[in-house]
Amino acid sequence: MEFIKITDVEKVYKTGVTAIYGLNLRIKKGDFAFIIGASGSGKSTLMKMLYREEKPTRGEILIGGVNVGKLRNRKVYKLRRKLGIVFQDFKLLPKLTVFENVAFALEMYGYPKYEIRQKTLKALELVGLKEKAKNFPHELSGGEQQRVSIARAIVNSPKLLICDEPTGNLDPDTSLEIMKVLEVINDLGTTIIVVTHDRDIVNQMKKRVILLDKGRLKKDYEKGTYDKNEKH
Amino acid sequence: MRNIRILVRNIRDGFKNVFRNISLSFASISCITVTLIIVAAAIVGSWNVENFADMIKDDFTIVAFVKNDATEEDKAKIKEELEKIRNVESIDFISKKDIMEEMKQESDTFNSVMSSWGESENPLDDTYQIRVKEDEKISKTAERIKSIDKIEKVSYGEGMVDNMLSIFSIVKNILIVIVVALVIVTAFLIVNTIKITIFSRQEEIEIKRLVGASNFSIKQPFVIEGLIIGLLGSIIPIIVTIYGYSYLYEKTGGKMFSQFIKLVKPFPFSIYISLILLAIGVLVGMYGSNKAVRKYLKI
Repeated sequence: MEFIKITDVEKVYKTGVTAIYGLNLRIKKGDFAFIIGASGSGKSTLMKMLYREEKPTRGEILIGGVNVGKLRNRKVYKLRRKLGIVFQDFKLLPKLTVFENVAFALEMYGYPKYEIRQKTLKALELVGLKEKAKNFPHELSGGEQQRVSIARAIVNSPKLLICDEPTGNLDPDTSLEIMKVLEVINDLGTTIIVVTHDRDIVNQMKKRVILLDKGRLKKDYEKGTYDKNEKH
Repeated sequence: MRNIRILVRNIRDGFKNVFRNISLSFASISCITVTLIIVAAAIVGSWNVENFADMIKDDFTIVAFVKNDATEEDKAKIKEELEKIRNVESIDFISKKDIMEEMKQESDTFNSVMSSWGESENPLDDTYQIRVKEDEKISKTAERIKSIDKIEKVSYGEGMVDNMLSIFSIVKNILIVIVVALVIVTAFLIVNTIKITIFSRQEEIEIKRLVGASNFSIKQPFVIEGLIIGLLGSIIPIIVTIYGYSYLYEKTGGKMFSQFIKLVKPFPFSIYISLILLAIGVLVGMYGSNKAVRKYLKI
């Protein structure tokens, strides 16, 4: 079943720079895909179009049957509630505890208290941080902070998890730890897309690898590795 | 249920934010306070002017004196003519006999002199007292009445009335302009003050947007914050208005400058003004924060 259907998408920024040229891509439900490519290859633009921070200039992006590009700004929040986003810089709120940071999203949706508590603890357990629920972000290591942000992304059981360079700020061991967490989430049925520069991780995970180059799809390996001969 | 939970949470957050950023909130609050005090003074002033103008207007009558040699027929004709004038609201005929009786009752001296007059010796004139619909046209109407046959003279306090009316409307308009200008300036200041508070919370807004908060639920705590600031800002002006005005009223005995200019009674007048101040404070606060937060949302 095709969960994400990207058809003939082109993105031209207002400055006149074209970030993506005629991109076609299919991602199945339950997939785990890496998107790799050099800086300026259009990876980030593609991610931003998936969570509708940017609109495609041409073409169509369907996520679970919803035409993302056609969503009005006012309605974007409905899409965002159905997907989780993880960033390189975690984007945690420093004044809130780990628990509050994760519960935050659910509070915005107006869930009742007991449900928020239940879901939040479940998400924290999944990333292995239940014991640190009362700590503040600055008391945690980088890897732990990223796990908090993953917990926040999955707390509302999204169908799709988008990770934009989730290990960019982390050392190799911690990065692998994060990938293991993502793999567990993937096993539970969530489709995951990870944008990364990290060669080792891609090679170890042996997942689908999509290579972008200067805004075009260059290679798409089913169980791929980071090809050493490719220039990135 | 869901929306109520969000609302309750946002009210809580609104209060938290006002007190967490107390120095900035204080700037907005005192800004509203100062403005509202001036606005209150302006409203008290213009309301009193309006009230006094109304009181005088009620007394605006044209008195038309009928020539002494007019017959009953002439008088009937005069009445007919008066009724034709469009600006005339009511016509009261007061015969010279009535006037005499009235005067007799007013003082004993009049009484003793007038009692000696015979029926035909009464030197007073029959009068028509005419109330007009539009005070502004009173001089024109008086002119017209004067031109009616057998009318001796017409009196309505000519120049003084005209001058007073135009002064009143000028004073009132100036006060209204002051109030409107102040409210606009305050709204502008509030927008900028709240923008500073929001600037430090840009990241929070961004994260809220990314995790799927609707624009409405992001805006709500800020708008509630503005409401609280407006509420707090109008407390002092309201106290000043209620106590200040009744103090002024008691001190002057309800009269200003002369016996004729009466002040509006403090109750329920000062309550009305308090409500107006509260409404202005709250609306300006809410408008300000709404305007400030919009900048950070994609709408």
